[in-house]
Amino acid sequence: MAIQILMPALSPTMTEGNLGKWLKKEGDPIKSGDILCEIETDKATMEFEAVDEGTLGKILVAAGTQGVAVNQPIAVLLEEGEDASALAKVAGPAAVAAPVAPATAAAAPVAAAPIAASAPIVASGDRVFATPLARRIAKDGGIDLKTVVGSGPHGRIVKADVEKASAGAPAAAAGRAPAPAAVPSAPPVAALPEVGPAYTEVPLSSMRKVIARRLTEAKQTIPHFYLTMDCVLDKLLALRADLNGRSDAYKLSVNDFVIRATALALRKVPAANASFTETAIRLYTDVDISVAVATPNGLITPIVKHADFKGLAAISNEMKALAVKARDGKLKPEEFQGGGFTISNLGMFGVKEFAAIINPPQGCILAVGAGEQRPIVKDGALAIATVMSCTLSTDHRVVDGAVGAEFLAAFKALIEDPLTMLL
Amino acid sequence: MSDTSFDIVVIGGGPGGYVAAIRAAQLGLKVAVVEREHLGGICLNWGCIPTKALLRTAEVFRNMKHADSFGLSAQGIGFDLAKVVARSRGVAGQLKAGVTHLLKKNKVAVFDGQGKLAGKGKVAVSKDGKPVADLAARHIILATGARARTMPGFEPDGKLVWTYKEALVPDVAPKRLLVIGSGAIGIEFASFFNALGSEVTVVEMLDRVLPVEDEEISAFARKSFEKQGMKIFTSAAVKGLTKSASEVKVTIEAFGKSQEITVDRVILAIGIVGNVEGLGLEGTKVVVDRTHVVVNQWLETGEPGVYAIGDLAGPPWLAHKASHEAVICVEKIAGLPHVHPLDVTLIPGCTYCHPQVASVGLSEAKAKEKGHAVKIGRFPFIGNGKAIALGETEGMVKTVFDAKTGELLGAHMIGAEVTELIQGYMVAKTLETTEADLMNAVFPHPTLSEMMHESVLDAFGRAIHF
Repeated sequence: MAIQILMPALSPTMTEGNLGKWLKKEGDPIKSGDILCEIETDKATMEFEAVDEGTLGKILVAAGTQGVAVNQPIAVLLEEGEDASALAKVAGPAAVAAPVAPATAAAAPVAAAPIAASAPIVASGDRVFATPLARRIAKDGGIDLKTVVGSGPHGRIVKADVEKASAGAPAAAAGRAPAPAAVPSAPPVAALPEVGPAYTEVPLSSMRKVIARRLTEAKQTIPHFYLTMDCVLDKLLALRADLNGRSDAYKLSVNDFVIRATALALRKVPAANASFTETAIRLYTDVDISVAVATPNGLITPIVKHADFKGLAAISNEMKALAVKARDGKLKPEEFQGGGFTISNLGMFGVKEFAAIINPPQGCILAVGAGEQRPIVKDGALAIATVMSCTLSTDHRVVDGAVGAEFLAAFKALIEDPLTMLL
Repeated sequence: MSDTSFDIVVIGGGPGGYVAAIRAAQLGLKVAVVEREHLGGICLNWGCIPTKALLRTAEVFRNMKHADSFGLSAQGIGFDLAKVVARSRGVAGQLKAGVTHLLKKNKVAVFDGQGKLAGKGKVAVSKDGKPVADLAARHIILATGARARTMPGFEPDGKLVWTYKEALVPDVAPKRLLVIGSGAIGIEFASFFNALGSEVTVVEMLDRVLPVEDEEISAFARKSFEKQGMKIFTSAAVKGLTKSASEVKVTIEAFGKSQEITVDRVILAIGIVGNVEGLGLEGTKVVVDRTHVVVNQWLETGEPGVYAIGDLAGPPWLAHKASHEAVICVEKIAGLPHVHPLDVTLIPGCTYCHPQVASVGLSEAKAKEKGHAVKIGRFPFIGNGKAIALGETEGMVKTVFDAKTGELLGAHMIGAEVTELIQGYMVAKTLETTEADLMNAVFPHPTLSEMMHESVLDAFGRAIHF
């Protein structure tokens, strides 16, 4: 009997993904382990392997289709001895019921209505509440309702929200308007005539949408505060040069030291390795450090797990491998989902210092600036030292000022006396 | 807090004011209403409600006169105007008692008198010029409503020249009646007295009757009114009113021609003006534009802590608009999340003339003016089984859709019971349904509401029964 191949859930939280490209075509023989297609998730492109053997009978969801719900049939595999007639049995009702993919032309309703039916945007798992009109306009405009903030009753997405989203304006409800001087303010008027400079529009990738959603949520809902500390790097740089001169098996970067120091400082101040939840403070027992990596598609944070148990060389080599995977979009979900603390280092771009946005649900993010020679006062006299400014952004709901300061002090002590990091 | 200090003091106890007070009480706020005349306001005492009682009389009377068409016989049909008016007053009285009870139940303090702003956060109440109470309020909601607009030379005298107020308690059913103004108020009285047998003439300054309605509905209504015997002048003006002991002579000018008519009574229904006087607005930052208080979308005036709702705050002049604004205003004051400003395209309007008229949203012309490509659906009462069974075959249901998005932009109805039907489109529009949802909805058979379905189908070329 023919086998339906369903859209896989490549991570526990995945509800839909984009079908990147098919690596097999209809009629190709399939062996278990063959790569059938590429699935683009929130953050990565993953190869989807066949489990069963047979012949690829029919592709139900075309390459390039966006927003394919998890568990929606994407193809039909024919087992040995079966021919195309077996397709009908499987592809029949189940595929017709599959609501999302416009590419399932073969499964389109028989009697085409003279007008478009209301667009049922079905997401398995979390249902999107939107009015029929909002759905229609979103569909026509190619807007993913999951990226739209609803302002209607119980957060339902209404027409005005979709129009705002498509106009690029923030979807949040307008603030309290001041009382007018003379003219009553009419209810908000729909899209104004377009004025402004010419532009081209780059469609949002899944990754960009996730970045936008998560960081907006973080900056809007997390009470951030910031602590900055200067660390003198000269000893660390000397140690790094010394260690790097001893072997070709590793090439330590300043950032590797920062990861190691962070891991050890978190061991010392475990209260900073924590998340806020509505009911409890979650203290992480493992020290898993997310490290922000810029990729052509946006920011991603692969994780150095159990960083407190790893030496500098191990951290360095692991980080290099993760960075390459991140840039190629090949990170597996477990390699970037989770983590208890994030480091973002823009020192290599010459940034002196900056304040990062917390990567939810984590409680802290450490923003690392460039090590640069600065005048410092040492023992009552001016001196020159290589100094690196680090700014800790903290979720005040979970980490108070003193705890943040304690963490930074521990971090600074390790960075400035790097031999202690090797203990 | 003492008994004279409140979170909210509402000046005016009409459908805006008393609803504001009850909502505020529900939210745990200490609230007072200051009312100078009748709780329930014009709506309940001199407007919406008593006119509906009169028009019900007209409807029953009309049916009695057509008893034969239902296979019934009725002889000696007539009316006793005093009893008709008494019934109408009784209905209003019953509801007024109801509002009094509701306010009491919600522990709203009621002050009998005229309220006036008396400095920041203060309201002075007086009755017949004598001070009654000085109230302190963190927030003051002005809900004093409106009254009939008058025009020079046509000042109402309560005898020959009436406003709605005298027309509600007529001493006679005038043999010849002139109604100036063909908005909802004018047309309802025209319809009532026409049913009682008056020779009714309606003069409208604009080019059609019921000028806020869709043009097609206006035309349909005019035809129907004329068939019932009304004389209608549009794009017309009245001049030179002269009174004798029991008659009025008026010159009607239309299309460059003038003619003098003689009538027994005149009803002035040319709109309303806001009751902005005597409120102590002078010296505050409250802005008055002509006769209405200027407010923003949250009903805030220019003066912090002072709000205005309902007729006082401008059109549309509808009780349900006032009540809804009351709720928005109070919820915003109470700091409730997710309060939404009122969208005027979602406010239905009803006129209880014969045939009834009801609408919500944009007319066809307005929709086009706003740049919509439209699809129009129509369905006539004559195509509906229930309408034929009722003997009410005059009417139509018109729908206006955006051709691109399927948004229901407006719905316009004329015919029996359409004032009860319009809520269906209003709910649909508020929930932002498209034509697809309305088509998929199952309407009960046999009902007048099936026409609402058919009209939607017709807009997309799919009407079944016509």
